[in-house]
Amino acid sequence: MSTTNQISVSGRAANQAVKPVGPRRVPAPRALPEALPFWEAAKEGRLVVKRCADCGETHYYPRDICPHCLSAHTEWIESKGVGTIYSYSAMGKEEARYTLAYVTLDEGVTMLTNLVDCDPATLAIGRRVQVVFKPSDGGYPVPMFTPA
Amino acid sequence: MSLNGQAYIVGAYEHPTRKADDLSVARLHADVAKGALEDAGLTKDDIDGYFCAGDAPGLGTTTMAEYLGLKLRHVDSTECGGSAPILHVAHAAEAIAAGRCNVALITLAGRPRAAGAALALKAPDADAPEVQFELPFGPATQNLYGMVAKRHMYEYGTTSEQLAWIKVAASQHAQHNPHAMLRNVVTVEEVVNSPMVADPLHRLDCCVMSDGGGALIVARPEIARQLKRPLVKVRGTGEAPKHAAGGKIDLTWSAAKWSGAAALAEAGVTPADIKYASLYDSFTITVLMQLEDLGFCKKGEGGRFVQDGGLISGVGKLPFNTDGGGLCNNHPANRGGVTKVIEAVRQLRGEAHPAVQVPNCDLALASGIGGALASRHTAATLILERA
Repeated sequence: MSTTNQISVSGRAANQAVKPVGPRRVPAPRALPEALPFWEAAKEGRLVVKRCADCGETHYYPRDICPHCLSAHTEWIESKGVGTIYSYSAMGKEEARYTLAYVTLDEGVTMLTNLVDCDPATLAIGRRVQVVFKPSDGGYPVPMFTPA
Repeated sequence: MSLNGQAYIVGAYEHPTRKADDLSVARLHADVAKGALEDAGLTKDDIDGYFCAGDAPGLGTTTMAEYLGLKLRHVDSTECGGSAPILHVAHAAEAIAAGRCNVALITLAGRPRAAGAALALKAPDADAPEVQFELPFGPATQNLYGMVAKRHMYEYGTTSEQLAWIKVAASQHAQHNPHAMLRNVVTVEEVVNSPMVADPLHRLDCCVMSDGGGALIVARPEIARQLKRPLVKVRGTGEAPKHAAGGKIDLTWSAAKWSGAAALAEAGVTPADIKYASLYDSFTITVLMQLEDLGFCKKGEGGRFVQDGGLISGVGKLPFNTDGGGLCNNHPANRGGVTKVIEAVRQLRGEAHPAVQVPNCDLALASGIGGALASRHTAATLILERA
């Protein structure tokens, strides 16, 4: 995974990870031009995803070119901001503990996110969740989810 | 064109170090290259093809060709994370079959332990389009694999105890490997009682972090037959990436389903014919997924396959990672691909430790998952035969 991702390793030993002190800081997304409308909507508390005007498929993460048919006729649509937990994993200690998750939106796409404002021990796959925007470290707010 | 029989692995070498405080990354690549050449009975002037991935320093093939003083006519730096060397064997066979080289060197090496965890993590690529949608949420390798394990448990009833059996089997093998980082035999109870790292994965579900590396020499058949080492033929190869598919995410299967089917078809064999398997073991769940996706058992039955010693040499149905694997022996440069091929070669040559050597091991498989199962990864599968 070392070329194009935030994680340069496949299988870094867990006990070597540097534990942050205090709550985990949410890194600000480095918005690329084709995703700016997503982040501008996030500032207004709206979750948007992309749909292809030619093949009709919705996709995530949003991009100019439809990954299903390569059409450039993609358009932003408003998500209802509700979905179900596909999977999740809680990690970290005490204040810095956080829960990574995949949430499947009712619009049909699954997105990487965090589950927040809840006890991870009470979560379950299939649980209904709704979007809540949380501040990042000096950048756009980011879409996280909490039990509905 | 089938690659079956087009090339042989004639040299293999694993660096003995697990912490390289005083060795540079280039030096480690050179050490393993030298070791593999000595193993093959060849010299550096015999090498005319060179393969390395993102763990190599600088410009990879160019930088290392200079450091090693190589005169090359074919290079390939296909980067797909930890599975790269497995895929490089196939690419070397292709190049040999196409007449582009006669003797190919493949190296993998690194020193994340000596460099420290922070230095081992490269800065994310600002142009990678997914980073803005992932980095804010803290995807560390452990929790990405944790999500795969959690979904497998949900779909198929797989248990932490079943996953623990994979680590137990690796530790049973590692006790015989003097170079292994973790040589203590562990029990299922010790695995499931080790600290939770990323729910549901415990510390002992995770591979080691180690320095070092390994190298392979792949040669055309006429050259292989002139050398004194036992013949290890490349019989089947497969490679495939799997990704998030525009948000149609399904964590229940890996790209090993595609790469494995291609390799088995090219080799003309079935999983039941395989006597030994090197399976990428960044985490216990990684092994379970490959067992199912390569067809050693049905989807969802991996837990039952591995429990009660199913992977222990001399005990179970399918001896795996008899060097102790990444879970106990070595995961150099955070990449387990080259060590998977090296132990498969040892088994086919009859040079594994006697306590774990598979009797009459004439057909072996090596499988790698580079990247992260939960987001995007490339699987590579290799089927090797003692000729």
